[in-house]
Amino acid sequence: MAIEIKMPALSPTMEEGTLAKWLVKEGDVVKSGDIMAEIETDKATMEFEAVDEGTIGKLVVAEGTDNVKVGTVIATLLEDGESAADAAAAHAATKDDRPKGDATADESGKTVDTVEDSAHPAQEKVDTGARQLFEAAAHEGRTDPAIPEGTEMVKLTVREALRDAMAEEMRADDRVFVMGEEVAQYQGAYKVTQGLLDEFGDRRVIDTPITEYGFAGVGTGAAMGGLRPIVEFMTFNFAMQAIDHIINSAAKTNYMSGGQMRCPIVFRGPNGAASRVGAQHSQNYGPWYASVPGLIVIAPYDAADAKGLLKAAIRSEDPVVFLENELMYGRSFEVPKMDDYVLPIGKARIMKPGKDVTLVSYSIGVGIALEAAETLAGEGIDAEVIDLRTLRPLDKQTVLKSLAKTNRIVVVEEGWPTCSIASEIAAFVMEEGFDDLDAPVLRVTDEDVPLPYAANLEKKALINADKVVAAVKKVTYRK
Amino acid sequence: MAKSPAARPAEPPLSNRERPAEPKPFEANKDQLLDFYKQMLLIRRFEEKAGQLYGLGFIGGFCHLYIGQEAVAVGLQSALNGDTDSVITGYRDHGHMLAYGIDPKIIMAELTGRAAGISKGKGGSMHMFSTEHKFYGGHGIVGAQVSLGTGLAFKHKYSADGGVCLAYFGDGAANQGQVYESFNMAELWKLPIIFVIENNQYAMGTSVNRASSEDQLYRRGESFRIPGIQVDGMDVLACRGAAEEALAWVRAGKGPVILEMKTYRYRGHSMSDPAKYRSREEVQAVRDKSDPIEHVKKLLEGHGVGEADLKSIEQEIRKVVNEAADFAESTPEPEAGELYTDVLVESY
Repeated sequence: MAIEIKMPALSPTMEEGTLAKWLVKEGDVVKSGDIMAEIETDKATMEFEAVDEGTIGKLVVAEGTDNVKVGTVIATLLEDGESAADAAAAHAATKDDRPKGDATADESGKTVDTVEDSAHPAQEKVDTGARQLFEAAAHEGRTDPAIPEGTEMVKLTVREALRDAMAEEMRADDRVFVMGEEVAQYQGAYKVTQGLLDEFGDRRVIDTPITEYGFAGVGTGAAMGGLRPIVEFMTFNFAMQAIDHIINSAAKTNYMSGGQMRCPIVFRGPNGAASRVGAQHSQNYGPWYASVPGLIVIAPYDAADAKGLLKAAIRSEDPVVFLENELMYGRSFEVPKMDDYVLPIGKARIMKPGKDVTLVSYSIGVGIALEAAETLAGEGIDAEVIDLRTLRPLDKQTVLKSLAKTNRIVVVEEGWPTCSIASEIAAFVMEEGFDDLDAPVLRVTDEDVPLPYAANLEKKALINADKVVAAVKKVTYRK
Repeated sequence: MAKSPAARPAEPPLSNRERPAEPKPFEANKDQLLDFYKQMLLIRRFEEKAGQLYGLGFIGGFCHLYIGQEAVAVGLQSALNGDTDSVITGYRDHGHMLAYGIDPKIIMAELTGRAAGISKGKGGSMHMFSTEHKFYGGHGIVGAQVSLGTGLAFKHKYSADGGVCLAYFGDGAANQGQVYESFNMAELWKLPIIFVIENNQYAMGTSVNRASSEDQLYRRGESFRIPGIQVDGMDVLACRGAAEEALAWVRAGKGPVILEMKTYRYRGHSMSDPAKYRSREEVQAVRDKSDPIEHVKKLLEGHGVGEADLKSIEQEIRKVVNEAADFAESTPEPEAGELYTDVLVESY
């Protein structure tokens, strides 16, 4: 029986890739460890090794094929005594066995039936909580009314938008530089800094040793000296090693010096739960940093905000913690094609207007809120969705104004419940909007546990649209 | 736990790597010596007065005095180029500011928490800054200034402004992890920085040889290929001479250098430290044999500066310090509205 070689998943979020090059041909004998192909993911070109020994029977997918879904049979391997004809028969048999019509969500958010041919088979995927977040993040909000009408829009991934923001600001201001682990030669651990080294050189795109506390301090000192550093943390989980400089050095010095010592620095990187990476790599630090006077904290959802807010962060005279989300990096959104798209810090955005209930969220939670709003619309509940965008300072007025209209608030937060942004919203809504409330403020957050690895437990721990729908029904007293 | 005493001779490590030359004591003329003397005496009298005001309740919180260590700040900073070079230190920072010629009144007013203080009264003893003098603080977290100083050095190199950063830290901070993270990057990127370890023998109450497996701290850069020099930190001329050698090395683009300044603080770690971890005799012996101010006094006598001249200097300095204290006691506290200013630079 021929062995089927399938398109591998080469990162936690990879759904499909390009079969860039075959390094073997039909009839070649391979043994384990031989490199058979080069596969391009959204982040990198990876070498694909043989695991089993045998003779290449058939190359099913031709080199140069784009959008090959993970799990697609790309080649067959003959074991001792098998012929190519056996392999072809085996391949045909497995094709017939496959279940039909497995639904997956594509980038536009529409649910489509998977086409059952060899290029697009039903892919085997583990149903995880992160996948729910990822799929919900296909939702786009309405176009920001602040964008002038008639502006040309281009599709960009969040990753590209962040890179463009940095590149534009670096072109405009020589004081701006990027430092962090793997930002230069490797082109970014998550490829956010791709191409920057080529354009700006190693004076301004600086690979650091693995030394978060040290390079956070070096960046902060450089900012105090008058530069405008962008310090990338490979993830914000690692910034725990550096949190002393973010808080004690960067956030407090302007105040302690009576306004003499500014610290215009941006600390950025992915934050929040990724996919199946376990408790130490899956935490939302939004509430931590948002509790610190002297910091600006930004957590964008879509690509346009990622670009406009990162540019604003780099220009700010204050230290900024800029929280990205790994699951969002590969998501594409409409971004206005403008010479200099800069957004105001501290202003929330109404992603979808509505009148019956206000859903407040930020970062990847916005996708969940939009998905829930879609479901609720089908049940006659018109939800308004607010993306906070900036966590400090919080745009209370936008939230309170919405509350005055809907009289109900549910906060959606991919993070722990205790001392969260959701808690903060519940507190100020009670203090400043008590008379507008027709129901208690409810919080839909992750469970109050370290994030587990097991797929079923991870899914249970994270937020999803069903939990939001259930909370909305409670505050609207609907069954 | 048995531990051999820290009496090993300070010999340079055997190595075929290039090293800075052994520093020679600075050859000061009479005017320069007088200048050193006045600066050190100002620090001494200022700190004594600060201790007194602390006892009277005018100064609160933590207050770390520099008495005994005066030669280090004065000797090193006298070698800097004030237009280009930067200085950063920890919380024992009054002396470094005075050595820069910053007005004692606004330093003392900061200690008493007044609006006229150099940080508008919002920083206090540990958090004083003067961007005008390129003095970047004044940092309260032990060792933080080493990474921050490395960042200042990064700025000097990035902007090619010709500046060097002088980053001071103590023997206690020398055991912090970020110090070594900074050493590594500073040498890797050949940053213009002089790491100054002010080894005053005690990290709060813990002596160097109870806390440091390698208690010859000038060797702490060896595995990063950073050369180190041990210096008599009680001798202002030795301090100045070492600074010149270190500056020559750094300005030549050879990367960082470490200066271990062997010094001693006469007072406790802070005002609330009874200093029971050492004997009164130990402190007295240093005062009698190695006092940095007495040392220069003797040299001045050799230059024909008489008792009467020294007395008039003493009176002049006491007057400056008393005026600073009077000012700091009487100038008003910050306006209530200052509570909310300077949190952020911009409005959002």
